[in-house]
Amino acid sequence: MNMVENVKELLKLHEGLKREVYLDNENSTIVPKEVIDAMLPYYSERAYGNPTLTHKPGWEAFTAIMESSKKIADYVGAKILEEINFTPGESEANNLALMGAASANPTKGKKIVISEIEPINVLNVTDLMKKQGYTTTKVPVTKVEGVLDLERLKEVVDKETALVSIHLVNNEIGTIQPIKEAVDIVKDRNPMALFHTDASDAYGRIPFNVQDLKVDMATISSFKILGPRGTAALYIREGVNVERIIEGPIGTQKLWPGTENTPLIVGFTKASELAFNNFDANVAKMRAMRDKLVDGIFAKMTDITLNGTKGSGRSPDNANISFRRCEGEALTIELSLKGVYVSSGSACSRRLLQPSHVLIAIGRHFSEAHGSILMKTTRYHTEEDINYVLDSIPSSVERIRGIVGSTGVD
Amino acid sequence: MDDATVVAVAGNPACGDMVTFYLKINDQEVIEKATFESYGCAANIATSSIVTEMIKGLSLESAWKDITWKKVTEEVGGLPTIKFHCGVLAVGALKRAVRLYYEKKGTTPEWVPKEHTFEEKQALEEEELAKMLSKRLKAEEEKK
Repeated sequence: MNMVENVKELLKLHEGLKREVYLDNENSTIVPKEVIDAMLPYYSERAYGNPTLTHKPGWEAFTAIMESSKKIADYVGAKILEEINFTPGESEANNLALMGAASANPTKGKKIVISEIEPINVLNVTDLMKKQGYTTTKVPVTKVEGVLDLERLKEVVDKETALVSIHLVNNEIGTIQPIKEAVDIVKDRNPMALFHTDASDAYGRIPFNVQDLKVDMATISSFKILGPRGTAALYIREGVNVERIIEGPIGTQKLWPGTENTPLIVGFTKASELAFNNFDANVAKMRAMRDKLVDGIFAKMTDITLNGTKGSGRSPDNANISFRRCEGEALTIELSLKGVYVSSGSACSRRLLQPSHVLIAIGRHFSEAHGSILMKTTRYHTEEDINYVLDSIPSSVERIRGIVGSTGVD
Repeated sequence: MDDATVVAVAGNPACGDMVTFYLKINDQEVIEKATFESYGCAANIATSSIVTEMIKGLSLESAWKDITWKKVTEEVGGLPTIKFHCGVLAVGALKRAVRLYYEKKGTTPEWVPKEHTFEEKQALEEEELAKMLSKRLKAEEEKK
């Protein structure tokens, strides 16, 4: 309990904030009111039944889920709604894609190919699959920009390769990966290999289509598009075999047993509608806010580095900046006290106490990884929000740099 | 601190935790002034800060004997398990400073054991681990 009391004390220090700006959209997001309003009736007014059962609330739920599948199928370019499989999150979808495809296709070989900068959940699943005799080869990315090395991919994919999983947009540095080219290389080297992409950070930010990319599987996640947490979807091309990785009563989602969470699925769909109905304007807004943020920080600060690529090769919402001589986790707390909420790739802020594998892979020095701050803008941010952040960052960084002094400087 | 009698560093930037203690020690072997610099998270800053406050006015002997990482952890109001090592590192840096002081002086009192204490060992271990991690990453780099 002591810990909870301490945290409550910490929360008290936030009283009377002039403004609050949430930029930690990597780790969780606000859910806009329009999305919540769309979800609420599904808890108690309609479609609250189990979608497999034979009564009105059940049929309503069935309809709501099927219509959601159809809409999301359209947004990603799937041919039929059965290709969309709802899961309780991005981690679950990625686990299903890799473990489910591996167990359904035991004759395909025992080699998995991923990039060096895959999301943690993909790294973790492939680690776990070692026990089943799978080996994983990590393809490096270019320094600074973090773009997949296609030449290396060509070298490592062989007849033994069963699965390839490479994300479409990197969640930490926003780099857009050449997935279409990667799929061509993989299929040319081994037509039997299955290609999965975690497109969670691309969905609603860069236009993409699973037909155009020619991927076999793709993950998209609700909260990464300002929908509720606790739901995601795995696109699986018709004809690709994937097996369940957990067992239970089967409902509308053949690959994920258990009672469907209709309100969350409806919320995910509503969040997708909001993002896609006005796609160009939404993207232009997040890009304008992101550019203002990054340009503003670079105009005001010294001893900083932008992590990832510039221009069109980068997701429009992503800003990742390293502040040298400044430990990132300490900076997140300092900024929180001013109402600016961000996250860090510092070792201290990670449960494994190791700095961001993405930043190390693009050749960043330890001290740069430790001093990194990740921020993601949305269409809801305003000029005033960004101005407030730009006013808050310099004094916070200077305070931490004052405590660091000359310690740990290399 | 410009007039520090002894300066001791513990930790390693590779693991993101590093602390420097500056101690001004008078002829009676009492700590007159103590300041710190911390390249680390909030827990690192807090434990380092509390150690410098706790040792002000203490003799080196009581600083050595009475300041334990458990006491430091209590003094900051508790730490989550994952941050215990920050308190250990702060005390490790303090002990390193005291040992260094006597090494420079050329006489070590009997209450400073020849073998390293738990906190000093932990600090060394953290430094070793960071070195290993750094080496491993470099080796991977060269393989490419």
